[in-house]
Amino acid sequence: MDMITIPSVNMTPILPEIFLSGLAMVLLLINVFSGNGKKSYLGYISFIGILAAGALVGAGWNGHIESFSGSVVLDNFATFFKMVFLLGAALAVLITDQYMEREGCNHGELYPLVLFTVVGMMLMASGTDLMTIFLGLEVMSVSLYVLSGFNRENIKSNEAGLKYFLLGAFSTGFLLYGMALIYGATGTTRIAKIAVQVGQMSLPSANIMLLVGMLLMLTGFAFKVAAAPFHMWTPDVYEGAPTPMTAFMSAGPKAAGFAAALRIFLVALPTLQVEWSQLMWVLAVLTMTIGNLTALRQDNIKRMLAYSSIAHAGYCLVGFAAGNGVGTAGILFYMLSYTFMNIGAFAVIVLIGKKGEKNGTVMDFAGMGFKQPALAVVMSIFLFSLAGVPPTAGFIGKFYLFSGAVQKGYIWLAILGVLNSAASVYYYLRVMVYMYMKDPTEEFEWVKITAPIALALVISVAGTLILGVVPSFVLQFAQQAVKLI
Amino acid sequence: MSNILSLTTFLPVLGVLLLLFIPKDSKGVLRNVAFAVTCVTFLVSLPIMTGFQTNADFQFVENIPWIAAGPFVMRYNIGIDGISLWLVILTTFIMPIAVLSTYTAVEEKVKEYMICLLLLETGLLGAFIAIDVFLFYIFWEVMLIPMYFMIGIWGGKNRIYAAIKFFVYTMVGSLLMLVAMIFLYFKGQQVGITDFSILHFYNLKLDIGTQTWLFLAFALAFAIKVPMFPLHTWLPDAHTEAPTAGSVILAAIMLKMGTYGYVRFAMPLFPEAAHKFAPLLATLAVIGIIYAALVAMVQEDVKKLVAYSSVAHLGFVMLGIFACNVQGMTGAMLQMLNHGVSTGALFLIVGFIYERRHTRLITDFGGLSKQLPIFATIFMIVTLSSIGVPGTNGFVGEFLVLVGGFESELRWWTIIASSGVIFAAVYMLWMFQRVMFGQLDNPKNMALKDLNAREIGIMIPLIILIFFMGLYPKPFIDKMEPAVKKLVSQIRPASMDVKPVPALAIETPAAHAAPEQQHESMPAGHQSATPAVNEHK
Repeated sequence: MDMITIPSVNMTPILPEIFLSGLAMVLLLINVFSGNGKKSYLGYISFIGILAAGALVGAGWNGHIESFSGSVVLDNFATFFKMVFLLGAALAVLITDQYMEREGCNHGELYPLVLFTVVGMMLMASGTDLMTIFLGLEVMSVSLYVLSGFNRENIKSNEAGLKYFLLGAFSTGFLLYGMALIYGATGTTRIAKIAVQVGQMSLPSANIMLLVGMLLMLTGFAFKVAAAPFHMWTPDVYEGAPTPMTAFMSAGPKAAGFAAALRIFLVALPTLQVEWSQLMWVLAVLTMTIGNLTALRQDNIKRMLAYSSIAHAGYCLVGFAAGNGVGTAGILFYMLSYTFMNIGAFAVIVLIGKKGEKNGTVMDFAGMGFKQPALAVVMSIFLFSLAGVPPTAGFIGKFYLFSGAVQKGYIWLAILGVLNSAASVYYYLRVMVYMYMKDPTEEFEWVKITAPIALALVISVAGTLILGVVPSFVLQFAQQAVKLI
Repeated sequence: MSNILSLTTFLPVLGVLLLLFIPKDSKGVLRNVAFAVTCVTFLVSLPIMTGFQTNADFQFVENIPWIAAGPFVMRYNIGIDGISLWLVILTTFIMPIAVLSTYTAVEEKVKEYMICLLLLETGLLGAFIAIDVFLFYIFWEVMLIPMYFMIGIWGGKNRIYAAIKFFVYTMVGSLLMLVAMIFLYFKGQQVGITDFSILHFYNLKLDIGTQTWLFLAFALAFAIKVPMFPLHTWLPDAHTEAPTAGSVILAAIMLKMGTYGYVRFAMPLFPEAAHKFAPLLATLAVIGIIYAALVAMVQEDVKKLVAYSSVAHLGFVMLGIFACNVQGMTGAMLQMLNHGVSTGALFLIVGFIYERRHTRLITDFGGLSKQLPIFATIFMIVTLSSIGVPGTNGFVGEFLVLVGGFESELRWWTIIASSGVIFAAVYMLWMFQRVMFGQLDNPKNMALKDLNAREIGIMIPLIILIFFMGLYPKPFIDKMEPAVKKLVSQIRPASMDVKPVPALAIETPAAHAAPEQQHESMPAGHQSATPAVNEHK
C-alpha cells in the first residue's frame, strides 16, 4: 500500500494568519485563567499582535508565492487587503475598551474573536481556490455572528446576533451552491483553472450551469458586502451590535467580500465580464440609491451609518462594474479610506454614547460643536470625507471609482453615482447641523476621551487627510496590487 | 518672489493656525489678529498687481507635480492672467473689510467665525489661481465648507435651511462637472495630454456632440453658482440668512466664481457648444435680469431686495460674456468687479442698519436721512453706483456690456435687457426713498446713532473705488485687455467673424467715463486680437 505523500508546504503566505490564530488561542486561555477582572490588557496584547502581524504582512510586499498546491497565494493584492483588515481591527480594538467598561460587559473573548475574524478575512483575500475562500468566509462570519450578539444583556444586540446568523447562514448557502455549480461546470475549484476551463468553452455565456453558479455566488457576496437588494440585515445588525464591533464590521468584512469577489470575478470569470458587469451596474445603482434614500430618514446614528455603508458598497460596485484598472484600484483605495473615516466616525459615536447604548441619535450631537470643539472638528472631517468633499480620502476614492466607470464608458453610472453622492451630503450635513447649529435641549455633556480612543481618532484623522491631500503613494500601491490579479 | 501666489493663498491658513492658540474669550485679540492677517494678505497680494505684465500669458506660474497614479496626473499648477488678476485682488481687498464689519455684528463664537472667514479666503483665492482643472475643483468645493458653517451657525432664523440648500445645490452641480472633467481628461489622453492643465485642454479639438454634453455639465455647475434663472432660488435664502460678512463675501466674490467659471472653463474649452447655447443662456440671463428686478421691487426686506438685485446684475455679466466680443467681455469683467464693490457695500450698509434696529423691513424705516446724515450720504452713493449712474463704477461696466451685446448676435436680447437698467433704478431708488426719506415717524428710529469711525473707515475704501473705477477705469481695463482678447479669439473661431464689429461703438462709453482711454485701451474688433500664446507647451 502506497503511503499518502504529503507535499512539502510553504507556510510563508499564511504566516500572519498562523501567528494571529495562535495569538488568539493564547488570549482565550489567558482569559479563562485570569478570573473576572478588567480585560483591558487583552486589548493591548491584541493591538500589539495586530501590529506585529502587520509587519509580517508588510514584509511580503512585492512577493509572489503560491502555496498549498495553488489554493493560497501571497501577492500584492492580498497584502493590500490584509493591511486594510489589520488596520480596521487595530482601530476597532482601540475603541473597544472604553465601550466595554461603560456597558459593563467585561468578557475577554471579544479580542480573540476579532483576531479570528481577521484571520478569516485574510484567507479570503489570499485564497485562490473557491474552497479556501469559503473557509475564510466562514471563519470570518461565524466570529462576526458572535461579535454582533456580544453585548448579551442588551436585547438589540441579541437580535442582531440571531438575525445576522440566520440570514448569514442563508446567504452562505447561496454562495456554496454557486461554487458547487461552478465546479460542476468546470470540474475544478482552483480559480486559475476555472479561468482556463471557461476560456475553452465555445460559448460560456450560454452555459446555464456556469451562469447560475455565477449568479448565486454574486448573491452570496452581495449579501456579505451589504449590497441591495440583499442589504436588509445591515441596519438591524449595525444598530444592535456593540458599537466598536459595528465599526469593525462595516469596514473589514466589506473589504474582505470585495477582495474575494474581485479575485473570483476578475481572474476566474473574465470571459463573462460583459454579463457580470451589467449585473454589477444594476446592483451598484440599486445599492447606492436605496442606501442613500433610506439613510436620509434615519435619526439613530448607527442606523444612519448602516444605510450609508450600504451606499458606500454601492460606490465600490461602480468601480467593480467598470472592472478596469482604475475602478478596481479605486475599490482598494476606497476600502482603506472607508476604514479610516468610518471607524473614526464610530469612535466618536462610542464616545458620546451612554450606558445601555443610550445617546445614539443624531440629536444627541447637539451642542457638541462648541462644548467640545476638537472632537466636533474631527467628526466633521469624517463626515465630509464620507460625503466625498475634498480634500479628504473619501473624495479621492470616489474620484477614482467614478473615473473607472467613465473610462469604461459607463457615463450614466458615474452620473447616477455623483447624484447619489450629492444626496448623501444631506444626511451627513444633518449631523453637523446638530453639532454646530442647533441649540441642545439639554446641555451637551463633556465626554471623557481615553488614550486608546484618542490614538484611534488621531490615526483615523491623519489617514483621512493624508489620503485626501497626498494620496499618490497609496494609489500607486493599489494599482500595483490589482495589476497582479 | 516666485511663489507669491501660493503665499497669498495660504497666508490665511497660517492665520488660522495662529488663531487656534488664542483663547476663545479674548474676542478683541481674535478680531484684531484676523484683521491683521487679512490686511497682510492684501499687502502681500499687491505686488501681484504691480508686477503683472500686461500680456495675455499666465504669470507667477508655479507648477509642481502633486498626484500621479494610474491614468491621472494632477499638478499643483497655478498662475494668473488679466482675468483672474482682478478677482484675486478683489478678494484680498474685500476680506479685511468683511472682517472689520464683524467687530460688533458677531459676539458669539468669534474664534470659529474668524477661522471660517480665513479658510474661505484661501478657498476663494485658490479657485481663482488654479490652472489645473482638478486643483480648481478642490478649491471650488473647499470654499463651500466655511460658507456653509457661516450661514448655518451665525445666520438668521431660517439659517439651517438656507445653509443646507446652499451646500446641496452647489454640490449637485459641481459633481456633474466633476464627471465631465474626468471625461475631458480621458478625451485628452487619447491625443496625448497627460495632465489636467487647462492650457492643454484649450487645444483639444472635440466634436460638437461631446462639446455639448461637457459644456452642459460645466455650464450647470457655474449657472448654479452665478446664479442664473431658474437656478437662483438658493441665493435669496442664503443672503437673507447669512451674517453680514457672509453676505458680503458671497455677493462680492463667491458669485464671481460662477461667471469666472464660464470665462475660464466652460466657454474656451467648448467654444462651439458655447455658441450653440449662447442664445439659450442669454435668454435665461435676460429673464433673470427682468424677473429679479420685478421681484426685487416687491420685497419687504432690504437684504432680500439687494439679493435679487445681485441676480439681476449677474444677468448683465452673463449677457456680456455671451456677447462673445471684446466690449461685452470687458464689460462683463468690469461688471464683476463693480458688483463686488457695490453690492458688497450695499450688504455692509444693510448690516449697519440691522445692527442698530434688528430689522430689515422697509416699512420699519422712513426718514432716516434726518437722523443719520453720514449714513444717508454713503447709502446714496452706493445706491447710485449699483444703479449704474455715470461717474460711478456701475456705469462703465453696464454700458460696455450693453454695447457689446448690441453689436453681437444678441441684439434683441440686449434691447430687452436694457430695460433692466431702468427697473434697477426704480427698485433701488424706491427702496432708498422709503427707507431714508419721508417722515421719521417710528419712535424706535429716532434714537439711532449715525455711523461710527470704524464703520466709516470700512466704507471709505469702497467709496473711493466706486468713483475711481467710474471715472478712470483705464488701469483695470488695460491689464485685463490682452487676456480678454485672447479669450475672445479662443471662443470665437475665425468662421464667426463674418461681420466685423465696428470699432467706433466702443468709444462712446469711454468718452463718457474716461476720455483719456480712447483708442489705446480699446481697439475693438476681433481681427486684431492677439493670437493665443501658450508658454506651457
